[in-house]
Amino acid sequence: MAHGPAKGFTRWLYTTNHKDIGSMYLWFSFAMFLLGGVFALVIRAELFEPGLQIVEPEFFNQMTTMHGLVMVFGAVMPAFVGLANWMIPMMVGAPDMALPRMNNWSFWILPFAFMMMISTLFMDGGGPNFGWTFYAPLSTTYAPPSVTFFIFAVHIMGASSIMGAINIIATIFNMRAPGMTLMKMPLFVWTWLITAYLLIAVMPVLAGVVTMMLMDIHFGTSFFDAAGGGDPVLFQHVFWFFGHPEVYIMILPAFGIVSAIIPTFARKPLFGYSSMVYATASIAFLSFIVWAHHMFTVGMPIAGELFFMYATMLIAVPTGVKVFNWVTTMFRGSMTFETPMLFSIAFVILFTIGGFSGLMLAIAPADFQYHDTYFVVAHFHYVLVPGAIFSITAGVYYWLPKWCGNMYNETMGKTQFWLAFIGLNVTFFPMHFVGLAGMQRRVPDYNQFFADFNMISSCGAFLFGAAQIMLLYNVIATIRGGKKATAEVWDNPEGLEWTVPSPAPYHTFTTPPEVK
Amino acid sequence: MVNVISRLTAWLSSSTLCLSSLLLSSYALAQEAGRSTINMPVGVTPISTEVYGLHMQMFWWCVGIGVVVFGVMFYSMIVHRKSNGAKAANFHDSTTLEILWTVIPLVILVVMAFPATSTLIKLYDTSESDVDVVITGYQWYWKYEYLGEEVSFFSRLSTPQEQIRNQATKGEHYLREVDEPLVIPVNKKIRFLVTSNDVIHAWWVPDLAVKRDAIPGYVNESWAKVNKPGVYRGVCAELCGKDHGFMPIVVKAVPEEEYTVWLADRREQAEKIKALTGKTFTLDELMVQGKQVYTKACVACHGVNGEGGVGKAIAGSPIATGDIAAHLDIVVNGSKVNLAMAAYKDTLSEVDTAAVLTYQRNAFGNNTGDVVQPIDVLNFKQGK
Amino acid sequence: MKEFWQKNSTPAICAKLGVTVVVMFVFAIFIMPPLYDLFCDVTGLNGKTGDAVSIDKANSFGIDTSRTINVQFLATNNENMPWDFRPQVSSVTVHPGEPTVINYVAKNTTVNDMVGQAVPSLVPFKAANYFHKTECFCFNQQPLKAGKTTELGLSFIIDVDIPKYIKTITLSYTLFDITQTTTPKLAAIN
Repeated sequence: MAHGPAKGFTRWLYTTNHKDIGSMYLWFSFAMFLLGGVFALVIRAELFEPGLQIVEPEFFNQMTTMHGLVMVFGAVMPAFVGLANWMIPMMVGAPDMALPRMNNWSFWILPFAFMMMISTLFMDGGGPNFGWTFYAPLSTTYAPPSVTFFIFAVHIMGASSIMGAINIIATIFNMRAPGMTLMKMPLFVWTWLITAYLLIAVMPVLAGVVTMMLMDIHFGTSFFDAAGGGDPVLFQHVFWFFGHPEVYIMILPAFGIVSAIIPTFARKPLFGYSSMVYATASIAFLSFIVWAHHMFTVGMPIAGELFFMYATMLIAVPTGVKVFNWVTTMFRGSMTFETPMLFSIAFVILFTIGGFSGLMLAIAPADFQYHDTYFVVAHFHYVLVPGAIFSITAGVYYWLPKWCGNMYNETMGKTQFWLAFIGLNVTFFPMHFVGLAGMQRRVPDYNQFFADFNMISSCGAFLFGAAQIMLLYNVIATIRGGKKATAEVWDNPEGLEWTVPSPAPYHTFTTPPEVK
Repeated sequence: MVNVISRLTAWLSSSTLCLSSLLLSSYALAQEAGRSTINMPVGVTPISTEVYGLHMQMFWWCVGIGVVVFGVMFYSMIVHRKSNGAKAANFHDSTTLEILWTVIPLVILVVMAFPATSTLIKLYDTSESDVDVVITGYQWYWKYEYLGEEVSFFSRLSTPQEQIRNQATKGEHYLREVDEPLVIPVNKKIRFLVTSNDVIHAWWVPDLAVKRDAIPGYVNESWAKVNKPGVYRGVCAELCGKDHGFMPIVVKAVPEEEYTVWLADRREQAEKIKALTGKTFTLDELMVQGKQVYTKACVACHGVNGEGGVGKAIAGSPIATGDIAAHLDIVVNGSKVNLAMAAYKDTLSEVDTAAVLTYQRNAFGNNTGDVVQPIDVLNFKQGK
Repeated sequence: MKEFWQKNSTPAICAKLGVTVVVMFVFAIFIMPPLYDLFCDVTGLNGKTGDAVSIDKANSFGIDTSRTINVQFLATNNENMPWDFRPQVSSVTVHPGEPTVINYVAKNTTVNDMVGQAVPSLVPFKAANYFHKTECFCFNQQPLKAGKTTELGLSFIIDVDIPKYIKTITLSYTLFDITQTTTPKLAAIN
């Protein structure tokens, strides 16, 4: 019954095939990643030297806001969904996702939402300029007129994520091949299962908070306006109740990817599989009770402040467990260092460094000196760039031969890795210093005291940007041609995806495989 | 043999790497005289010192854990490679290990939690303060009010636009200087009551380790006790619109006597302004008062009918019928060409100066219709 | 679950869904707000000192003359609110249980009739539960004609049970301009 894909452009418009949809998500997210990167380069170009040289402060604020929004909602999240779409059915031995038509809809509303959001930059009054965290009343009473389009875009992105999450849960629970018990699933499937629950729990909260904003702006309510009895801090609580699980949504799939790659290149099974599952679940659970660590300076009563400090410190424990398990997987293995492994090892080291700055941030009295400085910017860029982005890049190098049937050029891959590695460290490590020395976030200008490190950061940013262009080049070159890949691609990897040919046929596992 | 050497090399290189980075970092992190470009300031309050201590403590814990974990990783990457001939082991579970590396970090965290909690409790104790300052954030400057003192003023960025636009060299305190700093006494507990006029701002001075969000409609408390006189600079630490990066904070901590003198001076100024701005005088009132002042202070040289004598005539005088600022200047500051015309800025009050100017501008047939208010005189004297 | 879809007819399912939706909205609109107010009153969260407390209730425990509490008063104008707004006294020293009356003064310095709303905020948070306002200008909207001055009264009693370590209370009012929202015009749509 297997027939090839439809011909022409409408193939992509109407497809319900998880591989097609996965590819579309991945291309979309890459495009958004480059766009968000351009915004970042505008920021770093302005911050290259003290003084205002390139952009006005109002536009600068739009750049910082859009950089955050595009990266979080347009690059990282869709990339993980793309990987999920491609890999989860194959990993569990299913022919496709549980709800293929909803899958198509989940994807196609995204380009619409983002075109609308990016077009706000060209509207009267400019685009969103209140930070990706859009605190009220800066984002309500004092917002530019385009804020309504921003709210609409957020609603649509949220709907896309919720539908995707439902699809993933339904697929994992209902369509595993016989013999694949939950505790036999690859860790990537586990981490996505847990992430999907987080999405369903918190995306509606985001929708709630932007709807309350909409009401305040247009319908005379006072959710966040003290004049009417409301409270700007309420916004922060509701936003961060979404926001904190959101950052775990952006890292849990990364844990899964790295947990697939390291065992392959260490030629050793993942150490502590069940421990890893429980740790991931603990992290997800704890992520719901730590949100106010983003709000240590708003003036919470001390009991609340202490609770959130303790809970935040606690999250370090299961995260640490995972890191130790990866290291022990490597230990006494037989390692080779192909590109996916390089990215994965860099992930473990640099994500851990990001975790360390996170632990420092958890100490509430110390956070009074870190909050809203570049120290925080350094922290989250370490966990997101060598964290989420590197894991996605690792996954791309790892699975690209399976997707397109060709091996990438190993030297090019390794070169791209080193450029990205050096670029990001040169960009983000100095941010720890300027933050500690007193430079605040979201400013287009600063005192000369911070000049040297800012200049270094800006140079690193352009290097990192160049490295991403090289990634694009590598991907395109590989798709066009290269050494033919075998079904296994790597040296004896684990997982059902390596039992199908490379490139993977349009329909795989139309009959379920036997899982022992 | 080769195996032993490569293992030894691996161990040596990974531990040297870790050790040297440790030494380098401890050197780099040591507090130099003046501000550190890479670390938080120790600050000048008991709380800021404790906060610095917590920061460094957690930092060293992290470095320690990092050295151990990365040490094992680097060792493994060097020794357990396929190209070295390493054969992969097969172990993949150990409940003992899992328990160990759950409990040990937990214990470390509990150890850190105690000093952190103690510092936080101290940080929250705003009771029994000596001076209360109300800080209001505006887009894009601050207002400081001394509670119970009737002294309040605005504090705005004083860096000139030319410096920001790269048309002039940037001063040392570029973007960190204001026209009116907050003046506080040392060794006294200062309580800060922070609120906002419009959007959320945040008042942050690193040397005091005080950072509090300024939320419209709500008031937040914090406190500091500065133990060293000096000038301490901070910034707004919450995105508040286009000039978020252009509303710095300057706190000047001075010995108590100096503070008392400064405060008395500001209080006097404030009372003066209140007296003057509280009342707007009518033309008639000023004319009556002005005639009295004129008779007392000007008649001797300028004549009963403004006809002049030793001094120039006021009737038809270009100064008395021309630019008010020039008129003010010559009465307040005296004449630069004719020393006989003295400066009246200390001998005539603002009310009297305003009255006599109004009188001169409207009497003797001058009839300009101008009215000079006492606040105009005060503003002129203050160079506004 | 499957049985639910099979056993009930389409009209029945729609009716049940409709009733559920109505119940949810009734709960949200009529039951949640009083519950929320109750919650804030009981916990004193957010420095909101709650609604008026009757004088008899607040007076019931007499006056504690063994100690005094310094109550400070702040006044902030929000945004472009142009009124003069200040407390008549910057602070008073009271005994817990002692009924006290102070005034704020507001002057509409513009040429337009306006309406203001004062919003209170109190620190320390713990004290909010013990600060009973028996009469406050913040309970009502304050209309003020152009150029006019008015005295705004606040009557309060501090509960005798207030913890001993609280010696200073700072009460801040932020004055908002609500002229727009109290006129029958529709809010402009951006």
